[in-house]
Amino acid sequence: MTTYFTEDHEWISVDGDTGTVGITKYAAEQLGDVVFVEVPEAGASFGKGDDMAVVESVKAASDVYAPVGGEITEGNGDLADAPETVNEDPEGKGWFCKIKLADKGELDGLMDAAAYKAYCEGL
Amino acid sequence: MGMQSIGRPTAPVAANASLSETVSGSKGLQQREDLIFEVGAWDKTGVDLPTPKRNRDRLGGVTRGTDTSLPGLSEPEAVRHYMRLSQKNYAIDLGLFPLGSCTMKHNPRLNEKAARMPGFADIHPMQPQRTIQGALELIDELATWLKTLTGMPAVAMSPKAGAHGELCGMLAIRQALIARGEGETRKRVLVPASAHGTNPATAIQCGFIVDEIKADKRGRVDMAELRGKLETTDDIAGIMLTNPNTCGLFETDIKEIADLIHAAGGYFYCDGANFNAIVGRVRPGDLGVDAMHINLHKTFSTPHGGGGPGSGPTVLSDALAPFAPVPYVVKDEDGFRLVEDIEGEAAQAFGRMVAFHGQMGMFVRALTYMLSHGADGLKQVAEDAVLNANYIQSRLKGVMTPAFDGYCMHEALFSDEFTADGIETIDIAKALIDEGYHPMTMYFPLVVHGAMLIEPTETESKQELDRFCDALASVATKAAAGDASLKGAPHLAPKKRLDETRAARKPILKWTPPEPEAIAAE
Repeated sequence: MTTYFTEDHEWISVDGDTGTVGITKYAAEQLGDVVFVEVPEAGASFGKGDDMAVVESVKAASDVYAPVGGEITEGNGDLADAPETVNEDPEGKGWFCKIKLADKGELDGLMDAAAYKAYCEGL
Repeated sequence: MGMQSIGRPTAPVAANASLSETVSGSKGLQQREDLIFEVGAWDKTGVDLPTPKRNRDRLGGVTRGTDTSLPGLSEPEAVRHYMRLSQKNYAIDLGLFPLGSCTMKHNPRLNEKAARMPGFADIHPMQPQRTIQGALELIDELATWLKTLTGMPAVAMSPKAGAHGELCGMLAIRQALIARGEGETRKRVLVPASAHGTNPATAIQCGFIVDEIKADKRGRVDMAELRGKLETTDDIAGIMLTNPNTCGLFETDIKEIADLIHAAGGYFYCDGANFNAIVGRVRPGDLGVDAMHINLHKTFSTPHGGGGPGSGPTVLSDALAPFAPVPYVVKDEDGFRLVEDIEGEAAQAFGRMVAFHGQMGMFVRALTYMLSHGADGLKQVAEDAVLNANYIQSRLKGVMTPAFDGYCMHEALFSDEFTADGIETIDIAKALIDEGYHPMTMYFPLVVHGAMLIEPTETESKQELDRFCDALASVATKAAAGDASLKGAPHLAPKKRLDETRAARKPILKWTPPEPEAIAAE
C-alpha cells in the first residue's frame, strides 16, 4: 500500500485499484477545530481535481478535491457525528472516502511522503 | 455656620481593588442579563386583561390544555431586558467598527430625516402610480446617479441585498446566454480564490459550475492561470471578480481580464461590494464590466449589520440591459410609471425578483447621501476611505505584517506572521474587545494566513484612527512577545471567550426549563 499526497493537502492510500482519501495532518492543523464534514456517497463519480467533499472548521469552509478520478465505493459516515476525528487522526480514522481509481496513471503527478514533507516546509 | 455640616467624602479613598466578582453577576453598570425565559415567570404579566363574561369554547374542543411556555414579564422587566441587551451591543454609533469587507460607515442623520418624511414613509406600494409620482421620480433619479457613477447604461433597482444583486446579475448573464442559444453549453464561471463566499454560491444557484483562479504573489488574479484556463476551455460563461478585491487591492489587470473574458465569449460580473473605494474616481463601465451590484448599505451609507435592510441595485451593460428584471421605472409624457409585466418593452426580462420595487427607505437614504455630498464629495469619500486605510497600514506595519507590499485601497490586510508561536489571530481579535473595539474581520480572505482585515471607512478622524492604532499596536506587541494573557481574552467583557468549537459541534438551539426538582431544591 502506497500513500500519495497532493499540493492541496489531500492524501490517498492506494491498495490495488482502490484508494482511501483524506486530508493531511498539516491541513487539519491549519484548519483548526473541524466542526463539520460532508463526504461523498457511494456511487458518486469524480474527475481528478473535482470538488469531492467539504470540510468546515471554526475558521473556514474548504473544498476537498479528488486526488484522482474514479467512483466512490464508501464514504466515512462516522465523520458526520464525530468531525473531531479529522483533527485527532487525520491520516487514519479521519479518512473521508474510498475511491475506485479510474486511471492509475493519474497517481504519477502526486507526491510521496518525503516530497510532501518538503513541500509543506516550503509553505 | 448655617450650612449642612454632615457631608460625604467627595474624593475616592483607598479601597480593596481586588474585588472583581459580585453577587449579582453585574460589573459596575454593565448589568448581567439572563435569557428572557429566565427573567420571566408564569405568575407575572405585563398586561391585566379582564376575564371575558362569556368564555365559550369556539374551537371545537381543541383548545390548548397545557401551558404555552411563554415567559411572563412586567412591562418594566421587558423594557429593561431589551435595554440591557442593547447596552451589550457594539454599533457604529458607539465606535470605530473595523470589520473589513463590511464597510461599516456612519449613517448620516440627514438620511433618516429624509426617509421619515411622510411623502416617502407613509405611502404604500399598491397605491395608484399617479399618487406616488414623487417616489417614482426619486427611484428614477437615484438610478440616474448610479448609472452616471458607474458609467453603465442600465440598472435594476429591485435587488434587496448584495447577494441578491449578484443573483440578479448572474441571472441576466444566464438569460443572455440562453438568448444566444448557449445556455446549455456555457456553464463555467471563473471565481478568484479571494472572492466573497457569495460569489461561488450565486454561480452555483444559477446552475453554473465554479472554477477557481488562484491569486498571484501580489494578491491579484494570477493572469497566467487565467489565460491557461481560457485557452483550455470552451464553455466560459463569465467571471466574477471583486474590484478592489478582498485583499484591499486594485486589480491592476482588470481591463485585460475583461477583454480576455469577452474574447472567450463570456461576461464580466464585478462584485461591487468595494465600490466605496473607487466611487467618483473609476467608472466600472470603462473597465469592461457587464454587471455589478452596488451595496447602497455600504458605499451609500444606508444602515446595515442589524440596523436596516440591505439594498443591492445592479447596473448592467448594453449586452445585458434587455434582460433586466421587472419592475423598473420609466418616464414618458404622462410622468413616471413602473413597467411590471414581461411583455412589450420588457419582453426579454429574465423575470421578477421581488414583490414590489425594492427597498424604498434605502433609496431615499442613498439619494440623500449623494445629494448632500455632491459629485465632489463622493470622490472625496473614496479618497478619504483609501487614505484612512493606508494610515492604519502605515502606522501598524512596524508591529504587524502587511499581507502584501505597497499601498492598499480601502482596507488594510495583515497576516499573522508577526505573532509568537501559540498566539493566533483570534487571540488578537478577542483582546481588541477588552480595548473597547469590535474585532476586525479575521481569517478572511482565505488566501492570507491568519488574515486580519481592517476597513476604517472615511467616517473616522485621525484622532480616532490613532486611538484605534494605539490599542491594536499594544495588542500586536503582546502577540509578538507571546503574552499568554491574550489566550484568555476578553477579560473585561460580560461573557468570557466562548467555546466556538463546542458551539459548532454540539449546538444547543433550544432553551429547556430547569427540572422542577432543581427549582424546589434551591
